[in-house]
Amino acid sequence: MAQRAIREYDGKKLFAQNWDKYFKGLNYPFESVLVTSGEELLKKAEEPGYEWLKKKPLVVKPDMLFGKRGKNNLVLFKVNKPGDVTLEDAAKWIDEKRNQETTLLSGQKGVLTHFIVEPFTPHSEDEEYYIAATTLDEENDVLYMSAHGGMEVEENWDKVTEVKIPIDATDEEIEKLIKENIPADIPADKKDVYAQFAVDFYKFFRDLNFAYLEINPVVIVGNNVYLLDLVARLDDTAGFMMKDVWGDIEFPTPFGMPEKSPEEEAIAEADAKSGASLKLTVLNPEGRIWTLVAGGGASVVYADTIADLAGGVAELANYGEYSGGPTTDETRFYTETVLDLMTRQKDPQGRDKILIIGGAIANFTDVAKTFTGIIQAFEKYADKMKDVGVRIYVRRGGPNYEKGLKDIKEAADRLGLPIKVFGPETHITDIVRMALEDDKAKA
Amino acid sequence: MGLFTRDTQAIFWNNNRSAIQRMLDYDYIIKREKPSVAAIVAPTSSNKFDKFFFGTDEVMIPIYRSTEEAAAAHPNADVLLNFASFRTAYDVTMDALRFPQFKTIMITAEGIPERLARIMNKTAKDKGVLIIGPATVGAITPGAFKVANIGGTIENIVKSKLHRPGSCGLVTRSGGLFNELSNIIALNADGIADGVAIGGDRFVGSVFIDHLLRMEKDPNVKYMLLLGEVGGREEYKVIEAVKSGKITKPVIGWCIGTIAQHFSSGVQFGHAGASANADEETAVAKNKAMKEAGIHVPDSFNDLPHVIKGVYEELRGEGVIKDIEEPEVPPIPEDFAKALKAGKVRRPKHFVCTISDDRGEEATYAGYPISSVATPDTGKTIGDVVSLLWFKKVYPRWAVDFIETVIKTVADHGPAVSGAHNAKVTARAGKSVVESLVTGLLTIGPRFGGAIDGAAKYFKYAYDNNMSPKEFVNYMKKQGIPIPGIGHRIKSVRNPDKRVEGLKKFAKEHFPSTPLLEYALEVEKLTTSKKDNLILNVDGTIGILMVDMWRALGYSEEEIDEFIESGTLNSFFILGRTIGFIGHILDEKRLGMPMYRHPFDDILYDVQKAEEIK
Repeated sequence: MAQRAIREYDGKKLFAQNWDKYFKGLNYPFESVLVTSGEELLKKAEEPGYEWLKKKPLVVKPDMLFGKRGKNNLVLFKVNKPGDVTLEDAAKWIDEKRNQETTLLSGQKGVLTHFIVEPFTPHSEDEEYYIAATTLDEENDVLYMSAHGGMEVEENWDKVTEVKIPIDATDEEIEKLIKENIPADIPADKKDVYAQFAVDFYKFFRDLNFAYLEINPVVIVGNNVYLLDLVARLDDTAGFMMKDVWGDIEFPTPFGMPEKSPEEEAIAEADAKSGASLKLTVLNPEGRIWTLVAGGGASVVYADTIADLAGGVAELANYGEYSGGPTTDETRFYTETVLDLMTRQKDPQGRDKILIIGGAIANFTDVAKTFTGIIQAFEKYADKMKDVGVRIYVRRGGPNYEKGLKDIKEAADRLGLPIKVFGPETHITDIVRMALEDDKAKA
Repeated sequence: MGLFTRDTQAIFWNNNRSAIQRMLDYDYIIKREKPSVAAIVAPTSSNKFDKFFFGTDEVMIPIYRSTEEAAAAHPNADVLLNFASFRTAYDVTMDALRFPQFKTIMITAEGIPERLARIMNKTAKDKGVLIIGPATVGAITPGAFKVANIGGTIENIVKSKLHRPGSCGLVTRSGGLFNELSNIIALNADGIADGVAIGGDRFVGSVFIDHLLRMEKDPNVKYMLLLGEVGGREEYKVIEAVKSGKITKPVIGWCIGTIAQHFSSGVQFGHAGASANADEETAVAKNKAMKEAGIHVPDSFNDLPHVIKGVYEELRGEGVIKDIEEPEVPPIPEDFAKALKAGKVRRPKHFVCTISDDRGEEATYAGYPISSVATPDTGKTIGDVVSLLWFKKVYPRWAVDFIETVIKTVADHGPAVSGAHNAKVTARAGKSVVESLVTGLLTIGPRFGGAIDGAAKYFKYAYDNNMSPKEFVNYMKKQGIPIPGIGHRIKSVRNPDKRVEGLKKFAKEHFPSTPLLEYALEVEKLTTSKKDNLILNVDGTIGILMVDMWRALGYSEEEIDEFIESGTLNSFFILGRTIGFIGHILDEKRLGMPMYRHPFDDILYDVQKAEEIK
């Protein structure tokens, strides 16, 4: 993953922390808190610097990386009339909304846990401007500007001005490009402030290694710039050089993503500790076809082929890969995790389960060494595998593959597990075809 | 023209020995004249060159501290293989772009910050330099030049026919699947003429279309194979080129990641560059669009071999592709280490070690991992370490405690003794700790510290030969040797040496038995009856008790004699006194005393004029 979303609150905090460096002469009244409960909000209001929570009317929104919160009726800005939300109202609303499943218009489901609370900024709809920047392609960024921001910006996309900015443009060129392209319908009295903000915004976007940054709407009053809503993604590969600027920024799991199972969690943990790569996603725990594939590209190819030849993904139980020279222990642990999931129940229709041990021709990974780990896991799970009826299909190449294939065949034969073993002379995904054809032969 | 020729030479940034060796092995089997690696850049290396095998011979490849020096010394090297980490790969590339001799730069690091990657790629493009990568295993022109690890092991390279030109131009994103595709093409057609893995990151310096347009012009390429991925729009550029007639050679295409259509979101299939932001970026849409443009697209990846075979056979039937005469491949001598592991060779060893081993996960002392004896919670002490490393045994507690008691007892005896004095004088001459220490240690011998050995030797001899204490005293008198371990400058029967008392007490309480000590005490009774200060001194006590200790531990007399002969007893003194010497040396360093010069008035000058001999 390279581009990762951050919370609105964290995005605004980055603005506030770097404001004086980038936005000289402009003012951003940063008043914002991120809380997970009404109680936490009430407590925050007692801290010095947060007196505004008691004094000002408030706005509350979930801060969980999904948009269209207004349309989803998930913005609290009024009880009876706009701008009358008190601290107590806000706390009550948060407690009503949190920790219960919420379904968005898009169909995404999840539990609301994080809320951003800010002062209500009175303004009219025609004061809502739009600005966004993204990394367009190899050579250009693009800056989007519009006098028509707010909830309907997508409907008004024809009014958005796009400015392509070459990634190696000088400060003067950037300034010229942006100032020449300020949307004509921004009122004359705000044009200069908007233009300066746009130039500074782009440099801020560029220097802080954002991949995407959108403020919608941005409201300008005098020299004050109000960032009312924000969406941002950072390029996390820049993390090593942005430590001081980003701080300990959080990359939350997107709203509606299923929580990881304990097994997936365990593999992710092992992955984080290892120099090798270990990835596991359980797609369907009741699926019949399980994969144990070495290599990122190969794992995709196997998943593709299973979907193609098995007529869809109903039977595909997992997606994952191990690569980068895992130790015997790591492969054993990875295999045990997969075998454990696979042997928990029999196929309801009484068919055999299929274990695909696949991989391309390795560059360095010692095949015999990794297969030793798989064999150790076989020894532990052989009885369970026989109980649910597992047929094994192996295909692999690379350093020491002859020994690896011989070892795994011998082990499976000794343990009484049905196995078919192939090397590089067999097409990488052909074992998927063989496995499915053997099914037919058995039926 | 292929990407590389048989004359192409690279500068390899980072001394990645195994990758460089693989390049030289490749050079050897394709019978290149010049090695494909001209030089290595290793900024922190202090070596001037490194050795690599070329067949059975070895060649030297020079090492430079900077790309600038390497480039200046090897102006014909026009490829830079940038094997720096993701933290420095950008800087290395930007630096190399200052030197116009580089026409191609390959970058292996994965996860270079996107903005830096884009600037790097654009700067190169503006200068007309071809970038391969980042996040790639590289490229190969079979029979001419191969980048680093592409193609895997040398056995696989020959199996996949990557050692001589075939007729397919291969472009993939994934490096792992590049190997696989080369194999498939070798099995179903005649191998490849040129191949590139463009890299898995979101922003790579050269894309499918760049290479396919180049291959279109390369007369050795007769047809092309493109293996794309879900995500991005690069494949559409190829489709456009086919439609507009810029590409006329047959193209076989497939995008992996068709699985993604079955899942709404959340599951990342494949590389960082591989996530579809729009419908047309899905693998299914791209495969469909390729097929519509006349590209040969299989129904599934599993059918790819048939499509390759079909296109190849057709071109062969048309006479576009001629049969290849397979070149002879000289065998690559097996690496000694590998052959040894496989049990195919053997060699007499020049050294033997029976006390410690640093080959496993953790170094061991006589089979015990260091961590199992090091920290206090292990209950092990320095005495245990001595018993493991000196005697290869786990001694019982009383013996370990005795060893430590000895070490502590002999650690120092003030600054005036000759060894300490020498160490101090040396330290004051401005010499280092180790130089001062060995000066002190070199003083240890028969007169200084040597009595331990002597006492053990003579008392044991007397005891073993059943001499009575009286016979022993007479025997030594006849030999004209003062009994080692007997006598003290100040201490006497009435003023006993507390160190000796302590050792004797410990031995009486903890040793199973102390026959030699008891014998020695009988001897002491005789000697002290002659003179009050002829007591059993600390050296004697230690030497004698060591013999008692080894006897109680079950060593044979021969083994104990061997310990005495080999200087083992002296070793306890050397070990213990080293602590004291270092203390004195550090003391001198701390005090910063000047160079020592002995005063004239303390020297008796009695110099006669030398007599002339005629």
